[in-house]
Amino acid sequence: MRALLALKGRVGLVDKPTWYTLLSIGVVLVVGSISTLVTQGTLSFLHPSYILQQLQIAAFLGIAATGMMIVILLGHIDLSLPWVLTASGMLSAGLGGWLALPCGLAIGALAGLVNGLGVAFLRVPSMIFTLGTNTVLQGLMVLYTGGFSPRSEAPHWMEVLAVGKVLAIPNSLFVWIVVGAAATFLLKKTVLGRTIYAIGNGEQAAYLSGVRTRGVLISAFVLSGVCAAITGMLLVGYSHKAFQAMGNEYLMPAIAAVVIGGTNIMGGRGTYLGTVLGTILIVLQQSVLSVLQMPEGGRQIIYGAVIIAMLLVYGRQQEG
Amino acid sequence: MKDLRLRLRQNQGLLIALALFVLLYGAYSLAHPTGFSATLIGQNANESLVLVAAAMAQTFPVLTGGLDLSVGAIITLVNCVGSHVLAGSAVQNALGVLLCLAVGTAAGFCNGCLVVYGRLQPIIATLASATIFAGIALFLRPTPGGQVDDHLAFAATFDLNELLSALGAAPLRGPLAFLGDTPSPLIWMLLVAAIWSYYRRTRYGLGAYAVGASQEAAFMSGVRIQRVKLVAYTLSGLFAAVGGLYLTLQTNSGSADIPQSGAYTLNSIASVVIGGTSLYGGVGGAIGSLFGALVLRSIAFNFRVLDETSSLGFFANPLYQPLFEGLILLGAVCAGALWVLRVKNKLEVFR
Repeated sequence: MRALLALKGRVGLVDKPTWYTLLSIGVVLVVGSISTLVTQGTLSFLHPSYILQQLQIAAFLGIAATGMMIVILLGHIDLSLPWVLTASGMLSAGLGGWLALPCGLAIGALAGLVNGLGVAFLRVPSMIFTLGTNTVLQGLMVLYTGGFSPRSEAPHWMEVLAVGKVLAIPNSLFVWIVVGAAATFLLKKTVLGRTIYAIGNGEQAAYLSGVRTRGVLISAFVLSGVCAAITGMLLVGYSHKAFQAMGNEYLMPAIAAVVIGGTNIMGGRGTYLGTVLGTILIVLQQSVLSVLQMPEGGRQIIYGAVIIAMLLVYGRQQEG
Repeated sequence: MKDLRLRLRQNQGLLIALALFVLLYGAYSLAHPTGFSATLIGQNANESLVLVAAAMAQTFPVLTGGLDLSVGAIITLVNCVGSHVLAGSAVQNALGVLLCLAVGTAAGFCNGCLVVYGRLQPIIATLASATIFAGIALFLRPTPGGQVDDHLAFAATFDLNELLSALGAAPLRGPLAFLGDTPSPLIWMLLVAAIWSYYRRTRYGLGAYAVGASQEAAFMSGVRIQRVKLVAYTLSGLFAAVGGLYLTLQTNSGSADIPQSGAYTLNSIASVVIGGTSLYGGVGGAIGSLFGALVLRSIAFNFRVLDETSSLGFFANPLYQPLFEGLILLGAVCAGALWVLRVKNKLEVFR
């Protein structure tokens, strides 16, 4: 009995959004399975290889969403994700070899640093400042490549990380687990993590309590840039080369994954588990719908409707 | 005199955008081989009107302290609707135009309902509704195409005389003859600016400023916050519909181009900021956004006429254009943010 109560207590710690996201993932899988059972007589969505393949793809979005979540927890947003991702992918692939890794990460960190400085010192709304750095990076990359896809191929290690497998488990999943574990540790156990939540809840109060708010803002944006850079290098490995606008398809899903996972867009509240589940829900839903041959328009509509429906259930503001 | 100074300060953003526009567009038209002429203005106004409409549409929610990330998607949606309904008889076309405007307005109304009654954050609610609008647009036009009545398209995008003859009236003569060359897009700009000027004098327009400045104070003063926000988002949809309609008439076709709709949304935010409207709400106006959009477009125009042999010739390379657009956007917002350095009480910077 006591064990049961303890279990109940633990379950109670998992917040409402996480449960709903988990439930929705279940619904997607069940609905998908029923329709494949009817049309093809197989349960292909429940096959481990399918699930693992989806997780391999989800890892790219998941890592990008990790950085986005850290920034959203502050009540800010990082719209520079697409071209930070593309820039670090392109330049690191252009450099090649093992040097590409520190180079790619440094580009992400540098872009994040610029974002952080603008937001922390000039107090420009992050939405517009990161939009500006995004355009500047795009301009630099267009100059660098001449507007074409660069010819350089991905270094071998990127391909191993992105498409290789160990014991049938995709390597990109391991990268996501490492990044996710680091993010969870950061948010739960470190001073930086706790102050991120504090600033998200009330920047004035955090400042008056002696938090160096500027430093925290800058660190968060740097982390977001680094996460985008990791995603960029993995994506280059996945598609064997970098190409223009490869990051454009990651901005909105990354924000959506974070918000579906229950993180408040105004900051201060949210769990990493929620972001993970939000990522999986988005990737799984898109994949199931495309396997079921839903036209692109229908997929977009369902995608938007799911976000609105989940938010109407648990993302509503207090009546003011 | 004191009043004048106050008015100048209140319209600082608008005036800066206006000055920038005059400077940039003046430089461009001087450098242009044909020089300053009605044809040139007409051509450039044609290229600018969609962004102008998007920027003005974005202003309404921003003034109330919100944001509308679906402006571009509504433009795309109306564009796809328009490519189906604007190729019939005169009456059918007139109804088609009304239908296009109604679709955009309804889309804006849906956004308003999500924000007001759904109590969702505007950023994320409109992000989600944008994907729905884009989805509907993709259903209507899986591949680019469609047709638009030639007369209608020509009249709406050429000049006043053409517009009058399309309506069955005689072209202007006598002392007003010079007005006949007024480019149609300029007329549409004046029209939407007039709608805005009327709106900001109504209780809903004033309410939008009040809500953006301080929602609680507005509530205490008896402003009907819900209605004010609903009207703001609905009008935003209407203005975006004007942009979408014009895009249809200009391109004679419809295309569910999602990257393009994203670009319109992002540029509309940039135009709003350049036009002096605060993203925190309560300060600014759609006329500023109009000039903000024109500033953005003028920058692009200037790249076309740069002399490649001059010392600045290497800038003429179109590859530099995205970089400069980004740098100018960053420069503009940083210049607007310099007040932070003058603030004495550090707590005031946390808003």
